Amino acid sequence: MKREGKIQVWQDYQKDIADDHYFYVRSCIRQNFFPGSEQTFLKILRRELNKDIYENPHHTSCSGIGYHSDIVPFDTIQTIVARQFALMTEAGYQNLAVSCITSFGIYNEIIETWKEFPSELEKVRSLLKKATGREFEIPQNVAHASDIIYKFRDKIASIGENRLVNQKTGKPLKIVEHIGCHYSKMFPSKGVGGAEFPHVLVGMIESWGGEVVDYPERRHCCGFGFRQYLVMSNRGYSVSNSRKKFESMEPYKPDAILCNCPGCPMFLDRWQYVIQEMEGKTYGENGQGIPVLTYEEMAGLVLGYDPWNMGMQMHQTNVEPLLDKMGIHYDTDLKYAGKDGKLIGKPKMVSCGC
Amino acid sequence: MKHIVVIGGGIAGMETACALTDAGHWVTVIEKEEQVGGKLNKWSYLFPDFTPADKILDALLEKHSEKDFSILSQTEVLSVNRQNNKFNIETSGKQKLEADAVVVATGYELFDASRKEEYGYKIYDHVITSADLEKLLLPDGDLSVAAGQNPKRIAFVHCVGSRDEKSGNHYCSKVCCITGVKQAIELKKRLPEAEIYCFYMDLRMYGKNFEELYREAQEKYDIQFIRGRLSEASEKIDKSLLIKSEDTLSGRPLKMNVDLLVLLVGMEAGKGTAKAAAACSIGCEESGFLRTSDPFLMSNFSEQEGIFLAGSCTAPMSVNDTILHARSAAQEVNNWLKKNN
Amino acid sequence: MKDFGFSVIKQRTIDYDQFDGRLLNEVLEMEPSFKVCLSCGGCTATCSAADLVSFNVRRMNLLLRRGETVELETEIQKCMLCGKCMLVCPRGINLRNVIMLIKKSIHKYKPVNL
Repeated sequence: MKREGKIQVWQDYQKDIADDHYFYVRSCIRQNFFPGSEQTFLKILRRELNKDIYENPHHTSCSGIGYHSDIVPFDTIQTIVARQFALMTEAGYQNLAVSCITSFGIYNEIIETWKEFPSELEKVRSLLKKATGREFEIPQNVAHASDIIYKFRDKIASIGENRLVNQKTGKPLKIVEHIGCHYSKMFPSKGVGGAEFPHVLVGMIESWGGEVVDYPERRHCCGFGFRQYLVMSNRGYSVSNSRKKFESMEPYKPDAILCNCPGCPMFLDRWQYVIQEMEGKTYGENGQGIPVLTYEEMAGLVLGYDPWNMGMQMHQTNVEPLLDKMGIHYDTDLKYAGKDGKLIGKPKMVSCGC
Repeated sequence: MKHIVVIGGGIAGMETACALTDAGHWVTVIEKEEQVGGKLNKWSYLFPDFTPADKILDALLEKHSEKDFSILSQTEVLSVNRQNNKFNIETSGKQKLEADAVVVATGYELFDASRKEEYGYKIYDHVITSADLEKLLLPDGDLSVAAGQNPKRIAFVHCVGSRDEKSGNHYCSKVCCITGVKQAIELKKRLPEAEIYCFYMDLRMYGKNFEELYREAQEKYDIQFIRGRLSEASEKIDKSLLIKSEDTLSGRPLKMNVDLLVLLVGMEAGKGTAKAAAACSIGCEESGFLRTSDPFLMSNFSEQEGIFLAGSCTAPMSVNDTILHARSAAQEVNNWLKKNN
Repeated sequence: MKDFGFSVIKQRTIDYDQFDGRLLNEVLEMEPSFKVCLSCGGCTATCSAADLVSFNVRRMNLLLRRGETVELETEIQKCMLCGKCMLVCPRGINLRNVIMLIKKSIHKYKPVNL
């Protein structure tokens, strides 16, 4: 693998990422799947980077899952998106910071549609006005939250307490990077580094001391795919896609998987457990799984945040092997403690690698 | 004596210049590189009969060494202006030339395979282009993929940068199919143990003895042809490449591990041709190649009176077609000069 | 093993690295004319059997070259050995001999674990 070739590709796909004053839009599903991640993002921006980031409680789902499942029509989703933009305009912001990859794809798709078909924009302006009385401006800058962490990755590294280095051997940890399909496969120019060799997560891993695993199926979807997952009898498609990736990355012995999408860490994490139950197969060392992290969790670990405060006990594939390698102290007894220190109960299902 | 300026000193430009000199004209060839001969300098053996490229090139250049025409090398044309039936030409070397006719023979550029990001050219260690392979086919070329280890399985990908909207090229580059067959045979001769596969969409064996060579590749050299376009290549932990395609005749996806992947890169009109078109105010097709007055009887005529076209600046062309097109350009220039005298 | 109401799906992709070329090589050695098949389909168009049952002579080449021995064995049973395919083949392949060679040897190369 030649690095110079990748650097050339990365240079071809650079995007503007706003420096400050973000209007933050949350993801519907992340707060259930990885409940501490978005809070960690806000904490990093506000406390570590001194940025102004605002969120409005009236913000709703972008309805992207419904749209991609053929339930929500295009006019409806356009109007919902217009309403989010109206909230941003009313709050005096111009830079959208999107937590979800599905939403990020939706926002880009709709903004591009309006550029190509101005009549759609006029229609939506009128629909929103009729329905809510609101007006809106199109954001000047649309960044995914991972773009923002990417932008400040060196700063995070410089103030961080931990590095992606195996404390016992001194060697960089091997990290698989996995971007969400709707991050840059729809519009390669909207993602840092494009779609074939995306740089957004690679940049973080390298700045924080890790080594990127470039394995054959790195481009492949995690398997979420909306319809494959929403109907239970279709979930075989989902798990089979994830499995294809695990089989492909296994020879590289990765220490962790890093994702920037709500769905990917969910499926790459949960399906490891399911495959273990179905086939008795695990992909990490010593019968354990490969820990799967969101970029906020990984940034948080670098910054020395407590893993349980970031909600990492919610992972079905245990994260302890990674914490041990990084030399991060954690209290096993407090893994399932609530915010008030009382135990909230251990999960009944056996997690992967337990 | 009439003066003709030929823009480009590749085989088209040189052959046109020779023929015009023979016809009694004074010719100046303007070449941007140090050396004349163009892309043929970079080729080792020619299809369909494996003639060494330098044999053809030497024969063409030897012919010109006997002629009296001047070559301005490492020079580019900046502007071409018509004034009173003459062309005033300014060059990057600050020369000002006056010509009675101009021949554009700026040739082509090879498609930059790194634009097909999914094939990993310049990123994966063992992905090369047909142009890279051509150099390795010389007797001293090193084909090994690791110390003392020759590739056991090799795949060729047809139509890289051709017939592909994603590359911005709708057209067929015409010569890559037969180049692939030629190179596959040469590789098999050098590495008799290797398995060789060609991934194609159509095999366009348009020329004399091309189809025969394709049959020979199957019959004598066991080259296997799989109909399907590669979707992607990925490097594995051992540096071999996992390639994916549909086996379109079976109607199923197919994956295969190879030690070497050769991308059959197509032709593009290139920057030189675009610059010449701008300087001469002549039109290009959507493909970027220069527009000829008609495709049948006027294939050497540009849209501008007195500006002629020769060779692969008009369309992808083989060496033999280029030589013929260059000769016909010379004849058209000569006829036109006589008529306008 | 736990039942989740769904399961991992077997991949349809032809994994060429798993390909067992022994039967192919044996056939090609005995009938080298088979190397030059163009997959034009002239054979299938004229085939006496193809009109009555789902049989495709052209696909015999592909099944053989992709190691689909199980399907191949079933398929060749449908050939009536009339030889009409050989009358139209633009590359003069002795297809009847190909079928006979497959019939003769296929039992040796059938995958065991199926």
